[in-house]
Amino acid sequence: MIQLWQMPLSSEKIILLKEKAALIRKSVVEMLIEARSGHLAGSLGMADVFTYLYFQALLHYPRNPSWEYRDRLVLSNGHICPVLYASMAHSGYFEPSELLTLRKLGSRLQGHPHREYLSMLETSSGPLGSGLSQAVGMALAGRLDSGSSSGRHFYCLMSDGELDEGNSWEAVMLAAKEKLNNLTVVVDRNCIQISGPTEEIMPLDKLSNKFEAFNWNVIEANGHDFESIDGAFQEAKKRGDRPSIILMKTIPSKGIPEFEGKYEWHGKAPVTEEEVRVARRAVGIA
Amino acid sequence: MSNDNQKKQLADSGLEMKSMRLGFGHGLIEAAKQDPRIVVLCADLVESTGLLPFKEKFPDRFFEVGVAEQNLVTVASGMAAMGKIPFAASYAIFSPGRNWEQIRTTICYNNLPVKLIGTHAGLNVGPDGGSHQALEDIALMRVLPRMTVLSPCDALEAAKCASLMGKTDGPVYIRLPREKSLILTHEKSPFEIGKASIFYESSPKISDLGIIATGPLLYRTLLAAKKLESLGKKVTVMNLSTIKPLDEGAIINLAKKTKAIVTIEEHQRFGGMGSAVAECLVTHHPVPIEFVAVNDRFGQSGQAEELLDLYGFRVEDIVEAGKRVVLRKER
Repeated sequence: MIQLWQMPLSSEKIILLKEKAALIRKSVVEMLIEARSGHLAGSLGMADVFTYLYFQALLHYPRNPSWEYRDRLVLSNGHICPVLYASMAHSGYFEPSELLTLRKLGSRLQGHPHREYLSMLETSSGPLGSGLSQAVGMALAGRLDSGSSSGRHFYCLMSDGELDEGNSWEAVMLAAKEKLNNLTVVVDRNCIQISGPTEEIMPLDKLSNKFEAFNWNVIEANGHDFESIDGAFQEAKKRGDRPSIILMKTIPSKGIPEFEGKYEWHGKAPVTEEEVRVARRAVGIA
Repeated sequence: MSNDNQKKQLADSGLEMKSMRLGFGHGLIEAAKQDPRIVVLCADLVESTGLLPFKEKFPDRFFEVGVAEQNLVTVASGMAAMGKIPFAASYAIFSPGRNWEQIRTTICYNNLPVKLIGTHAGLNVGPDGGSHQALEDIALMRVLPRMTVLSPCDALEAAKCASLMGKTDGPVYIRLPREKSLILTHEKSPFEIGKASIFYESSPKISDLGIIATGPLLYRTLLAAKKLESLGKKVTVMNLSTIKPLDEGAIINLAKKTKAIVTIEEHQRFGGMGSAVAECLVTHHPVPIEFVAVNDRFGQSGQAEELLDLYGFRVEDIVEAGKRVVLRKER
């Protein structure tokens, strides 16, 4: 039986992906309203990329999460775990009904991903700057075991704000030194962080120049356009002699027009009556 | 006595001096021959951490990350997630000093079998000075859930640790000094992670004083024990090579027998081995304790032996601590 992710990208597939993305956004909003805390902006902003990964790009079998030859996905900016959990649920890792347990006592869905509570995660995260190092370690071990020709791929999702951390650049340097062409990193270039726009708090531009200087293959894409996303991932998989980084342009809180672009929604959930009403209406919850 | 004279005396005595770092490194090679999952990571200190022989023997299983200790342990964590048993080494002041949070989150919180090697622990680092003399690493590591903390007394114990660490579940930290030290144990001496051992006792039946030492200071402790004996005291010397999990049973038994304890460690007095012993005894069997440790100050440049003398680790200092605690017991 053919898995959804095994279908090639066609206009029919794109329609399907858009449907899944809408479901995932709806779940993210429901989860955060129920939990009364969490990180809305990045979770919604990355919903299309997550949809693409879980339904198109990843080599995986959700019913068999420990399959040894699966692609590995490390979420370094663990605070957007609502969209990770929602994508996992809707692609078949666990029942979507469990999503409403986010952040509650005893839940498998901890406020920041914790592997001890949800063993199908590749790692725990939360403190920024460590995910890429772990993905590099995994990619190195993967190459040691299977050689350079193995089809298995390693993905790391990062935030742009996270690139303030020195640890990130240590990993960037090592990945280039080791020519890890089995590693693809996606940076959520939404240009916000907790205290304001990234370019005010700690300017990052021009990121493409930085990564090129560090000997990475740099790709830019529109994080809300499935064809653009697909083109980027295909480019990354061409493998050359270096790791790839996709600078994914996204709009924070994409899907709720009243909240889009506002950095204040980085670490908030809709809690007031008005916020809840606006969020629910935007994603189609009655 | 000057450093050079001491060294000469030891060299002439026929007792063997060996680098614990190299002892560990060679032990790791043997372990790696048995277990193909073992890999090694270094941060531009491969030679001085004693791992050059491993790199030469297993170049494919050796990874150099450059001067980047945060990356060092976190890359190790990623490799462990893929089924490897990574040994990640640097100077203790950098690892766990600089990268404590990454160890906490990516190794302990994830419960991954990464083995951390902190060399250049203690004042014996010598001329490099205080910035390089790790005196806080035991405190940093023992406070982490799931972390095993080892502090072997000589190169033979260090080699045994290398072999056992690979077979122990979960995260492990081992501290190793820079200076060569005397071989105090024997190939056949029993060694088990989590078990303290009685290194010397004046008499198996009675004892006035228990001295618990960790690391190569066990040698000065032995000399002090002999001196105390000559003053009429019966002394038991314990080698505490695992600081976490603490061998509470053995420590409580020692306290019950002697009713007076001295602890010796090349580490700050706050939060180290002595604190761990005190926590145990205060809970289960309170007795007077004297701590011989670095008294809340930083190290400095000098030769190893003269630094130890200056910082309160002379044989006479240990003897005085022993006399003090016995007096406290008698009051």
